Amino acid sequence: MSEQKIPFSRRRLLATTALGAAAAASGSFATPSFVRAQGTGVKLGLLHPVTGALSYSGQQGRIGATMAVDEINAAGGIKALGGAKIDPVLGDAQSTPDGGTAEVEKMNSAEVSCIVGGYASSICLAVSQAAARYDLPYVVDVGVADSIVTRGLKNTFRFSPGFGVIAKAALDNLTTINDQAGKPAKTVIIVHEDSLFGSGLAKLLNAQLPPKGFEILETIPHPTPTRDFANVVLKIKAQNPDLVIPANYYNEYVLLARTMQEQHVRPKGIYSVLGGAASSYKFVKDFPDAARYIMDCNHWFNPKSAKALELKKKIEDKGQFFTYELYLNYSAVLLVADALEHAASTDRAKLTAALENSTFASPIMPYGPTKFVNGQNQGAAPVSTQVLDNDIKAILPPEFAIAKAVFPMPA
Amino acid sequence: MLSPLILISAVLNGLMTGAVYALVALGLTLIYGVLHIINFAHGALLSAALFAAFLAFQKLGLDPYLAAFVLAPAFFAFGYALQRFVIGPASHGDDRNMLLVTLGLAVLIENALLYAFRADTRTVDLAYGFKSIDFGFTFLAVPRLISFAAVFFVALALWLIMVLTDTGKAIRAVAKEKLGAELAGIDVAHIYAMTFGLGTACVAIAACLLIPTYYANPRAGNAFVLVAFTVVVLGGMGSVPGALIGGLVIGVVESLASFYFGESLGQVGIFLIFIAVLMVRPRGLFGASA
Repeated sequence: MSEQKIPFSRRRLLATTALGAAAAASGSFATPSFVRAQGTGVKLGLLHPVTGALSYSGQQGRIGATMAVDEINAAGGIKALGGAKIDPVLGDAQSTPDGGTAEVEKMNSAEVSCIVGGYASSICLAVSQAAARYDLPYVVDVGVADSIVTRGLKNTFRFSPGFGVIAKAALDNLTTINDQAGKPAKTVIIVHEDSLFGSGLAKLLNAQLPPKGFEILETIPHPTPTRDFANVVLKIKAQNPDLVIPANYYNEYVLLARTMQEQHVRPKGIYSVLGGAASSYKFVKDFPDAARYIMDCNHWFNPKSAKALELKKKIEDKGQFFTYELYLNYSAVLLVADALEHAASTDRAKLTAALENSTFASPIMPYGPTKFVNGQNQGAAPVSTQVLDNDIKAILPPEFAIAKAVFPMPA
Repeated sequence: MLSPLILISAVLNGLMTGAVYALVALGLTLIYGVLHIINFAHGALLSAALFAAFLAFQKLGLDPYLAAFVLAPAFFAFGYALQRFVIGPASHGDDRNMLLVTLGLAVLIENALLYAFRADTRTVDLAYGFKSIDFGFTFLAVPRLISFAAVFFVALALWLIMVLTDTGKAIRAVAKEKLGAELAGIDVAHIYAMTFGLGTACVAIAACLLIPTYYANPRAGNAFVLVAFTVVVLGGMGSVPGALIGGLVIGVVESLASFYFGESLGQVGIFLIFIAVLMVRPRGLFGASA
């Protein structure tokens, strides 16, 4: 009799593979982390997806938020509260809405006065609802879905622009750039990732580009992650559009741009709306040739502000990239600190009222004084940028532009 | 709009991608064929190898293709040690335990990478990274052509090891009849570890071939391993030629499916084949009958 182990049946391979895939997909591998600093200051919840699929963005956000806290504390804390220090309560949303909700529960029992963060729209939606149950003020850092501020939640504030505002600005800016160049671009191919963000954007572009005189040749969806863009680029090459509009996350954006370069596909312009890599210093540094002349409409700092440039230098000296997650979180914490000064209290209701009436002007962002209507900051707007001279330069709106758009891009 | 030339380009793209699937699958099939364990740590090991190749380039200035000659032995040793001192002892001879241990290792390695490198995506920029050869109707990227050729070389080398060397014979003996091999004086624990080492070395080479056109992040390896599992089933578990042919077939199927039905549905083609193979020929194209 042999004692040889019976090999796994194929059925078991299937079952176990599926199990592993499910476990990986649910993000249950991520280590939960909940760090609470001890102290008697004002407790501020900083909630970011620092593990899981969104961890890069989450970690960047946390850097920005904690940096603002450190600076406020170093400058003497909240003066209206007798110089009370801000005591950050860090939370990890683990890249899922459930993870975000769970952290809200913990932060509520830790008696925080306010929560900042969220990053992804899906997390922001869940967190805002959970926080609303405790009348806990919540400042969204990035999440662009319009529904975050249209559900009538009194506790939720978004300092940065939402999707509708960004998309409108992006299309207006594109039309302006094209008109100024003598309308060289007429045909468009859209390459988008197939979840809420990319599909939503593709739908909007398909509705709004034709009335502005653009013909959409094809709309190509792809999943995240996609390992290979060779076939997508083949399709682009076969139809030779004037403009390529990618709407996807960082890795896929970079692979697409690299493959286009490799296959010698050079449209008249590459224009993104909230492009994953299009206005990323990392992309420009890693692949200057593939990134050159790419345009984007995205969250962007005010390049004419000395304070913004000072912060940028400080971050870059630390070896980090100055990404929008970082400065949006930095600004959101400053907004809360300003509201604490006006409320002169850590009481949640008083802080909510102070946020509602906030006139805080971020020294970093091109938003002007804050004015919340139903929780949305009315001055918030995106900026159009282009990769020029191995740097990313604002090209529109004119009041913040530091360069002129180069379009069509030179062959 | 779709000329035959574009179709040929799509097939060529599929073959290039398929070659890398084949290499990842080679390691997996070898470990499965001998140890009868499904190595869940394979993806995490691929991520680790991608980072190793990235570091070799970044810190030592070592070209990824040269780094393969260093990393393959290093990962062989790592894989050997992993099986000999961790997976083997921890599983107490039970296959199910082995499975769980590799799953645990996957979590451990992935999070160690996350801790060490953060979730950041790392890429290398090589002078030849964007070079492509003009075939008149299509451009083929030089790094992808190199990896295509290298995969055949590795498969051939692996096949020769299995057929010609004593270790290869011992591996095949253990795969076929563990107790008999043990009675014949073969050190089974050693052979297990050798096999795991060879499988891990395949992953290291795959990483060196990938890094010029791909990226390293703590989860990068996972994208390849699910496909590699399909390749292993298609080619027949434990079969070297099976993994090679299976990888190429899957690559072409994915490429054509994604070309006709869109990228989002490209994977559907793979899994339809997967189901069809399980129904019609459950032991795979080259698998020995059970």
